[in-house]
Order: sequence, then structure tokens, then C-alpha cells
Amino acid sequence: MSIGDSAPRGGGRERVTGQQLYVADIHLPNELHVKLVTLPCARGRIGAIDASRALALPGTHMVFSAADLPQPVPRFGPQFTDRPVIAVGETKYHGDPVAAVAAETRDAAEQAARLVRVEYEELPAVTTIAAARVMNAPLVQDPSLRPNDALAGTNVLREHAVAWGDMDAATAEAEAVVENTYHFPMVTHFAIEPHVFMAAPDGDGVRVWTTIQHPFWLQRVLAGVLRMPLAKVRIIAPDPGGAFGGKQHAKYEPLVAFMALKAQRPVRLDLTLEETFQAVRRTEAEVRVRTGLRRDGRLVFQDVDANYLIGAYADIADRVVGKGSYIGCGPYNYEAGRVVARSVLSHTVPSTAMRGFGNPQVNWAVESNLTEAALAVDMDPVELRLKNLARKGDPFIPFDTPCDGDWEQAAKRAAELIGWDKPKPEGRGRGFALGIKSGPTTGLSYAMVRIQADGSALVYCGTQDLGQGARTVLAQICANELGLALERVTMVMGDTGVVPYDQQTSASRSTVLMGNAVVAACKQVREQLGGADLETALGRLGGEVIGVGQARKEADPDHPLGGSAAFFEFNATAVELSVDEDTGDITIHRHVTVSDVGKAINRLQVKMQDEGAAIMGLGHTLMEHYIWDDAGRIRNLGAIDYRIPTSMDLPAEMVSDMIENGDGPGPYGAKGVSEVALLAVAAAVGAAVRDATGVVIRDLPLSPERVWTALQEREATLAK
Amino acid sequence: MIPINLRLNGELRAISVEPHHTLLDVLRDDLDLTGTKECCLVGECGACTVRLNGRIVDSCLVLAVEADGGEVETVESLADPSDRSALSPLQQAFLSHGAVQCGFCIPGQLMAADDLLRHVAHPTRPEIEEGLAGNLCRCGCYYQIIDAVEATAAGAAGEQK
Repeated sequence: MSIGDSAPRGGGRERVTGQQLYVADIHLPNELHVKLVTLPCARGRIGAIDASRALALPGTHMVFSAADLPQPVPRFGPQFTDRPVIAVGETKYHGDPVAAVAAETRDAAEQAARLVRVEYEELPAVTTIAAARVMNAPLVQDPSLRPNDALAGTNVLREHAVAWGDMDAATAEAEAVVENTYHFPMVTHFAIEPHVFMAAPDGDGVRVWTTIQHPFWLQRVLAGVLRMPLAKVRIIAPDPGGAFGGKQHAKYEPLVAFMALKAQRPVRLDLTLEETFQAVRRTEAEVRVRTGLRRDGRLVFQDVDANYLIGAYADIADRVVGKGSYIGCGPYNYEAGRVVARSVLSHTVPSTAMRGFGNPQVNWAVESNLTEAALAVDMDPVELRLKNLARKGDPFIPFDTPCDGDWEQAAKRAAELIGWDKPKPEGRGRGFALGIKSGPTTGLSYAMVRIQADGSALVYCGTQDLGQGARTVLAQICANELGLALERVTMVMGDTGVVPYDQQTSASRSTVLMGNAVVAACKQVREQLGGADLETALGRLGGEVIGVGQARKEADPDHPLGGSAAFFEFNATAVELSVDEDTGDITIHRHVTVSDVGKAINRLQVKMQDEGAAIMGLGHTLMEHYIWDDAGRIRNLGAIDYRIPTSMDLPAEMVSDMIENGDGPGPYGAKGVSEVALLAVAAAVGAAVRDATGVVIRDLPLSPERVWTALQEREATLAK
Repeated sequence: MIPINLRLNGELRAISVEPHHTLLDVLRDDLDLTGTKECCLVGECGACTVRLNGRIVDSCLVLAVEADGGEVETVESLADPSDRSALSPLQQAFLSHGAVQCGFCIPGQLMAADDLLRHVAHPTRPEIEEGLAGNLCRCGCYYQIIDAVEATAAGAAGEQK
């Protein structure tokens, strides 16, 4: 096997035989089962909690609430320490737990949770951007949590702004200005593996088993709330069964840790799928875009104003807003660019990272508006994009990493694969859009490689394999660096007590950052061997050779994001579809997705990531969205009423391709992939619907109902 | 508790179960066969798909007592029964076609695909899409899964020749 080959998936055998142990499959002796107690409203003032009937039930061990925690109740969060371990005073969203029951069996826990009586008074809640932003709206966050914050009296957590060029001059220069507002719905990760959290006392510390992307970040959070040294908090993190950003940060780990320490027994909390809807979601957004251009199609400015609806606690959502919106003007050269984006708190499920990290929302708006802008000056939408697209080295955002790929090549390839210049079959429409995402802005990954006496190798790393195949790719890199057969490399991952520090598994970083760390560790091994064969180098006592490597992406405190992009993910998406005018149903005949990957270390896995991301993008494009009632409750909790793409919803043909110019910062010129093929799906589909029907829809999803309604309105307009 | 008998992956098992426990509960919690996965619990995701008396079912929708006297096959039965280390052609095809990302849905996908191939030796792509429509994959490996099923059917035809 060499670099680029489709090496077999690490951990594949376990996954097809049912032997792979996910957290839900691990049981601890003498464990207690936890069930959360919630209120049937978004926001309620918590009164007396009567646990007597629950505690009388055989098997109930305890009913845990804020009163059982140190006072004031510890708070945590990756950006702001705003989230209490369990609700204090009032609930902030539908699903916010006021108590947690621990019992000997899952049945007993469920039954006891139903017997806990919570007195509460329903309070006014805000669940939409508009409601959260009106004067005198109920405040989601207690202003005392935001000292010295001018926005503390509002529901705007933060406002992010970046700008370059002279907007006034650019506005004067523009010969056409196209301005529209777009809406992106609230959707959820829907990993097929629901979150599971387990904790157990471990000597004078605690051990936690969890479905987590960032075990080391979690370790830090837990050490903070538990007031323990890092060395006393050990995170066991088996490969998650899908994560997509929803398993990045602490959710109920602090709660189960406190409960385990109180009970002095292991406790476990297995969320239902419905409860995962109340634990993680993507950020909803409303984005106004003003695009200025000249009649010849030259873009002069892009002006974006976005409100992202985050939830009741910030989680990582404000970073999602700041980083996702930042590159919202897209991969184009302008004379002036401006992005203002607000993270707006609401009494809804805390939103968090989700594949694309704030970019899909703004991409839907800006790329859709670019199609409209092209049509406004009678220019082909692909031609307009190619005319303005940044070329390698262009400082398209003046204070960031310049364009680092041959993006034109990817864009032209996608246009060619959809047959953009060829006549369309009757009744078909085509759409085209580009996607870009900043890679990690900071990073730190360590890897350790241990060469055993027989020459086989163990690779220790804190990257999590969420399905993206890090296990395979990192083993391939080690095998290649040391000239080993892949079968002689074993990956060791998922335990902070065993593997060295890694900052996080996110932003499509692991192939680049951890990959470089593995390369560095292998280099150190080779240096220790100094050209000698292993047996000679080890000498008569045998033993092993240990190499340690690290890769860093340093912060830049003067940069708007705290650091420039390590690389850019770039993708071109094109679709051809038809619309059933009687039902509004969209049939995608061909979906083309082309990503600039630098260098594919495993071509099959790149294809899997790109096609998988494209299909996930079709979810929010065509069918997915939360529905809320007036009390701020989610009406479509669970798999019956919230649909994600199935094998029956696929484009008739998916054509994926990759551009490899070896121009990335990772091993062998690799860049990160895995998110970008999702970004431009909605805008490409929306443009194709317009092309096929003449109807412009600026709200997602493009559900049959919404498309049909728009078609009816078109007919009504034509009849006038 | 109610005593029931199962022929589970070829072996007779006599156990006592709670009357309200599903076949999924019993497989995972009482029999420690955790290859069968729990996700939606409403028969929509297919992660808990097993074969009961020759038909695939969502084991989250079947009470364990309803399976009394029945024959149950789970993902753990798919590898070559004479040599558990040898993967079946279907399992092998899932790996070689890149059908496995996170893997959580895969036991259910395999059981559904295995059932489809038992009923239709050479399914068309639309037949495969329909046959697997009850099994969600959020990683979006559908094309690769369909390719794997198609290749398995083609491989089986090759052997017969």
C-alpha cells in the first residue's frame, strides 16, 4: 500500500462483525442508570422538586438536582462558562434537565423520572431571531454572567465584524446591486449513535467514558468543574458512531461525574435519539446579502449581515458564528467586503458545531445571491464565478492566508462534469455553486510512535476516529514513513490516560496536523536508529524505539479569528434536477462534487467523505428542519417526524472528483477534507430549481410543500 | 419474568425476560450481543435489524416474548459459521467498497442487505435502494453500500458458473 491507495478501513473488520465497542456497548459492574427529568416547556421557573414518590420506587438510588451540587452551581462551556451542570432557578430550553434520577436499572430510572414532581411556572420564552431581538425581549442569559459587557442587556451574545476595502467607493462604483435575505433552518446532527455518558470514581479521581470528539478539551472542562488536577481526570473515548460536530464539547459529562462521585458508583446516561435533538443542533440563520458588481460581471463588493440563532447556552456556537461568517464573502476577489454576524441567544436547544461550522448558512445566502447577481447582468453564473474567483496567491481576504489552491481547476472540472455547456434535457434545470471553509486557525497535536523489537509499530494519538477514517490514514502515514507493511501498524487512540495531548478533532484538521505529528514522530525514530538496523540499534537487551512528534498551528492574537487559516477547504458543486410541478417534488438526476484536497492519502476515504457530506447537505436542502410550538417545544422530535436522507432520496447519479496538486500543508501536500462538499449543496440545488421552474426560493428546506407553494404563487402572478 | 426459548445464531438459549422488554433489549442487555444497535426505538432507523424466523424485523418493535420459540439471527452470525475469523462475501464487499465510515448503522445494513440477497439473487439498483430504505446511514455511505450489495450478488453469480 502506498500513499493515495485505498487502504482498508482501520477498524473495519470490527464494524462489519458487530464487535466494535461503542460507549453504549460498554457496561461497568454495579452501574447505575440515569434518566433526566425535564419540563414540558422551554422556559420555566423551577419550584419545589418532590422526589418522594420516585425514591419510594424499588431500585431508585437518588434524585439529583442543583441542590446536590457545590454552590454556586459550577458552570462550564468551551467559550463561556455559562452552562450549569444542571438547570438552576429556571430551565432555558425544552429538554433542559431540572433533575436526574439514578436507579439500579434503566426501567427503574425511567419510571422514577416520571414520578418526580417538579413545581414550575412557565415563563415567556424567545425561540426565533425576531422575538429574541425585539426591545424588552425576555433575556435568555442572566446579565450577571456577562459583567462589563455592553450587550448584556440584550440577547445578542456577540457581534462579529470583519471588513476590508472602501465600501463607500465600491458602492459608488457598482453598476448593479442585488440584495436579498435568506433563511437557513435549524437542523440536528442525527448521528445514528445517540450520545452516551458514563462516569466512575477512580481512586481519588474520576474516569469518564463518553461519545466525544475532543477528549482533552473535556478533560480540562471536567477538571475545572470538579476542581481536580488534570491527571486525576481520565477520559475513555471509544470511536464515536458518527459525530459531525455534535460530540465536540461537554454536555452531560459534568453531571454524570458529579453523580458518580456522590453515589461512589459508576453511573451511565444513554440518551434517546429524541434527547439528542434536545442536546445538539445546527445554528439557524437569517442572512441579508448585498452584492455589487459591474455590468461586465466584475464583482466590486459583498456586504453580508447575518443573525445566527444560537441556543440558551453558548457551547461553541459563538465561534461557529464568528468563524463561519468570517469567510462568508466566498473565494472571490472584491474591492470591498464586509461581514457582520450576531450570535443571538434564544430559549432553544444549545446549538453547537456541525459539519461546515457556520459556513453552510452564509454560503446558501451568498452563493444564491451570486447566481441572482449573474442573471441580473445577463451573465452565466459559472462564468461570473470564474471571472472573480481568487487565483493561487491572491489575498482574497487581505489579512488572511492567500488562496492556496488551483480553485479554478476544481470549478471548471465540476462545470465540465455536469455538462454546463451542453444542452439540457427537456424540463431539467442546472445549478452551480462554490464552497469554501477556513481550516483550523490554531492547533496542537502530539503523536508517539513505538517501534517494537520485531519492527512492528504502535501509533499513539489523541485524534478521534468519528467515521472519517483517521485510524486508516494515520496508520498509512506511519507505514509509509517507516517503510512498514500497513498490517504491522497498530493505532492506539481514545484514552487520555494513554495517548499524548491533541487539541481537538475538528475543522478537518487531523490528516494535516496529526498527520504531520506522526511524520515528525517517525522522523525521530529514524534519527534514533541513525541508519542502523533495529536489532543492532536496540542491542542485547532489546526493548523498543520511541519517537515523539508534534505539529503546531500557532495563534495570532491580532487576527480577527485568533489565527490565520492553516489551509482552505474548497469545493465546487453542480446539480441537474427536475421539479414535479404537481407535487413540488425535486428529483436530482446528477450531483457533481469536486474538492481540492491537496493530496488524497486514501482516495476511497476522500470519496466517502465527499459523497457523505454531499448527502448530508441534501438533508438540510430538501427535508430537514425543527418545528416549534408556541411553548417553545420541539414538535418533531425523533425519527418519525424528522426525516434525513435515505437510500430512496439519493441523486440518480453522484459524480465526485478531487483535485490533487500537492499544495496543502499536511503530509505529502494533503489538505483537510470532510466538510466542504456539504457547503454549496443548497445553493446549487436552489439555483437549479430556479433554472428549471423560474421560481426563486430563499428559505430552506426546499420541501415539496414549499416548492409547490412557490409554483402556485408563480402561476397566480402569471395569471394577473 | 417470563421464560422464553430462542435459537440464537444457531444455539439454543433459555432465558427469562421482562414482559415489556423488546428483543433488542434482551439481545443487548441480557444476552450481551451488542452488535445489534439501538438508535431511534420507533422502527425508523434500522440500526436494530435482526432476522426473526426468516424475516428481518426491527428488534426494537418486537417484544422478546413474541420471539419465544423462534429463531433469531444477528450480525454476529454473518461471518462464516465454521470459521468466525472469515468474513462473508457481503461483509468483505462492505469493506472493499468503502461502505463503512463510523460503522454504527452497519450491522443493520448488513442484515437488511443479507435478507435482500436471500430473496432476490440479483437485485437491480432500485431494488437495492428500496430494500435498504429502512436503514439510515448519516455518514451517507449509501452509494458504497449499494455498490457492495451489487458486487456481492455479482460475485455469487460468478461462483455458480
